[in-house]
Order: sequence, then C-alpha cells, then structure tokens
Amino acid sequence: MEPVLEFNSVVKRFDGNEVLRGVSLSLHKHEVVCLIGASGSGKSTLLRCANLLETIDGGSISFFGQSLLDERIDPDLVRRHVGMVFQSFNLFPHLNVLDNILIGPVRGLRRKRADVLDEAMALLSRIGLREHALHFPDRLSGGQQQRVAIVRSLAMQPSLLLLDEVTSALDPTLVGEVLDLLRDLAHNGTTMLIATHEMNFAREVAHQVVFLDNGVLVERGTPEEIFTNPEHASTRTFLERVR
Amino acid sequence: MASALSSVLILGGLVAVLYLAPGGAQVRFFFFNPHAMWASFVGNANLGLSSVGVGLLTNIWMFLISEVLVLIFGLLIAWIRMSRSPVLFPFRLLATLYSDIFRGIPVLLVVLMVGFGLPALQLGFLSKLSLAEYGVLALTITYSAYVSEVFRAGINSVPHGQLLAARSLGLTHATIMRRVTLPQAVRTVIPPLLNDFISLQKDTALVSVLGAVEATRAAQIYASTDFNFSGYVVASLLFLALTIPMTRFTDHLIARDRIRRLAST
Repeated sequence: MEPVLEFNSVVKRFDGNEVLRGVSLSLHKHEVVCLIGASGSGKSTLLRCANLLETIDGGSISFFGQSLLDERIDPDLVRRHVGMVFQSFNLFPHLNVLDNILIGPVRGLRRKRADVLDEAMALLSRIGLREHALHFPDRLSGGQQQRVAIVRSLAMQPSLLLLDEVTSALDPTLVGEVLDLLRDLAHNGTTMLIATHEMNFAREVAHQVVFLDNGVLVERGTPEEIFTNPEHASTRTFLERVR
Repeated sequence: MASALSSVLILGGLVAVLYLAPGGAQVRFFFFNPHAMWASFVGNANLGLSSVGVGLLTNIWMFLISEVLVLIFGLLIAWIRMSRSPVLFPFRLLATLYSDIFRGIPVLLVVLMVGFGLPALQLGFLSKLSLAEYGVLALTITYSAYVSEVFRAGINSVPHGQLLAARSLGLTHATIMRRVTLPQAVRTVIPPLLNDFISLQKDTALVSVLGAVEATRAAQIYASTDFNFSGYVVASLLFLALTIPMTRFTDHLIARDRIRRLAST
C-alpha cells in the first residue's frame, strides 16, 4: 500500500545551518510513528516540513504519492488534509471553544455551520468538554486547551495528524489527560507522526520509533528494538539521559 | 482626606494667582469676561460675527468624516505595507514613502498645501471643494499615515503561533487576516487609535488658517472685532467638552486591558 507520507533524503537549512541532513522516513495508514531525540535534533522542523510550514532545501516529500514540491500544489489544500497540534496550543483567544473547532471546516472547507455543529459537539463530548463549548480558551486549563486544540485539528477530518511535543508546555498533572486522548486516537487508527519526550508513551503506542540526532535519522525500529536493544551508541546515550 | 486637602490647596492656589497677580484683573477681563464669552458663543449675524458654538459643528463634522476616512486608508496602507506578494512591491514602496513623508511634515503645512495648492492645480472637482472639505482631506492624509502605523503594530502584536495554527488548518491568507489576525489586533489597537483621534479632533482647529469658519476662526473674528479674547477660552472649553470624555474612555480601556492581562498570567 502507498504510504500516507514519505520523506526522501530531506535536507533543511536555516542560514546555512543544516537542521535536517537527508532524513528518509515513511508513514502508512493507521500507523503511529514517534520521533524522539534531544531538543534541536530536528523533530519539529521535520513535522513543519510535512505540512509545508517550512520549505525544504533538498530531497522530496510526498503525500499519498503526490510530491509536495510540485509548484502547482496549493499548500492550503495540503494543510486541510494534514492536521497539526503545537506545544503551545495556539487556540484562538477571541473565539469560544466551539468556534475554535468550527473555524477550519466552516471558513476553510466552506461547509455549512449547521452541518458541522453536531460533529463539533460530538468531538467535545468525546473529550468531556461539551459544557465548555461556549467558554473562551482562557477559562480552560492547559490540558483542556490542548485537548481542544487536538479536536480542532480532527474537525478537519485529516488523513494525518502531526503532533509537536504537545505535552511539553503542560503542568505534569495535566499531561495524563492529553496522552489518554492520543492513546484513544491511536487505538481508533488515526495516522499520527508524534514528536515527543514522553518515552513511556512512545513505547506504548508507537508502531515505529525514530531517533533523530543533530538532523540525522540515526535509527528506527519497533519500540521494543529502540528502547530495549538500541543499535547505536548515541541512541543509548540519549535514552540513558532521559531515563 | 489628605488628597482632598491638597487638591483644594492646589486648585485654590491657581485661582488665587488669577485674582492676585498684578495683571490678574486684565486677564480676567480679556479672557474670562462672561459677557464676551456669551457674545462670542452665540455670535451676531447683524454684526457679521460668527458664533463659536455653531463653528464647533464644523469641527465636529470635519473630524467625524476624517476619522471614517482615516480608518479606511490607514488600514489599506497598513495592509499594503505588510503584503508579501512581489507584484505589490511598487505599492509597498509608495506606501512606505507615504507614511514616512506625512508623519514628518507638520499638519499645519499639509493643511496649507492642500488648501491652497489643490485649488490652484485646477483638477476638476478636487479643485472645487469647500475650505472645510480641504481641511478634511489634509487631516485624512496626515492621520492615515499615523494610523497605518498603529494598525501595523497591532497586526504585528498577534503571536506567531496564531498564524501557524491558522495556516495548518488550511485557511487562506485573506481568511486568516479577517478571522484571526484583525480581530485580535483590534483589541490592542483601540487605545492608541483613540489617542490619535483625540489629536485629530484638536487639529481640526488648524483648518482655520484656510479661512474656514470653525470654532477657532469664529473666536478669532470675535477677538479682532471686540478686542476681547474670551472667545478663545470658549472655543477651548468646547474642545475640552469633546476630548475629555474620549480621553477618560481611552484611559479606562487601557486600565481594563492591563487588569485583564495581569489576570491571565
């Protein structure tokens, strides 16, 4: 089967500084891939390249076999199929929770508000925040905001979800509720590429774990292979440091 | 208690200066003469004296129209200056030049150049406007340059993460501007915008140099007829009646915003 997303020797530079040095990786439907590695190893950049928030300087990326480098491709159209959730939630503070979820389908996909309303309320029920629908984001805890940010992406019915260290800005007591939601999504077959520092979580839900170091894909494998029997010394050093 | 006492002392002191200074009696006669104040306020058509009160209506419609135009052109210029499209480069250059030039020229000179220059150019209807309309044009030209900078600062104050989130939902540039950036920018923009509007309201007085009969000009006419300057005080009080509520309202908004920001962190 054709991969959902495929990176082929992707190179990215910022001011001559190579942040990604020929990363190749593919992601299939219903697959969960966790990217691990120190801060600055290139995890976030790789995610941003996947939905064209960054342009790449070498290699290629394809989405369902279609190259994203093709100039005829409309980046806005690609992003409607690729959801992304950020470390800092980035909910729209001037819109209530419900409108945060509706803005993508209604203003982006041009669907009728009344048609999307039930879906949005169902998503809110799923994360137990139905009664917060008309509240503004500043009334919600960090964990609640991040869960709303995740369902805001899901409301677009994306083929792929990119998650960029979504628990890193959270109070430790609130990390659990967000990870629970991601577990739930993984069990339901959502295709996800997750940059994370939560090793236990990665071990539990990932089909494939990828270790990045300094912009280089050092090693990849099942959680079992990476966490219990890593091949490379740098992987071992990293895992010992975070443990 | 202490604050009330100090207020009475200070205010009383100021009034005392007016009464006890060697020239106090003259100042009271020439500036605070109740009879002359009333006479200048109502004017006298038979003597060819314009009313300062009626003149103020001209100031009011000048600033009301200017403010609407300034909002439109200010936003337009900010939009052009923040555009990225290479096609718009010449417009960006012009917009930058425009805001540099008109923030740098004294308003009085712009009023004079527009008011005396445009009629001389014989440019169809643009050369046949009334004096107050030239005033509106001059004020719009100057204040659009200031307000475009206010808009630009407001738009830039929206956190980058908001744009990233909006873009990753596949919203187009125009939709993001309209639904995400501008609504958030408006909040930060309102206090500085109102401050600019307060100065715009006062600067309508400068149109008097063209001979447009607004409050200041009416007071001037009264002063040169009756040799009494109380009309200027009347005009000042009328301007204060317009600007003080707005100043208070602006300060209230700033204070409220500060409290909100403190509460959310």
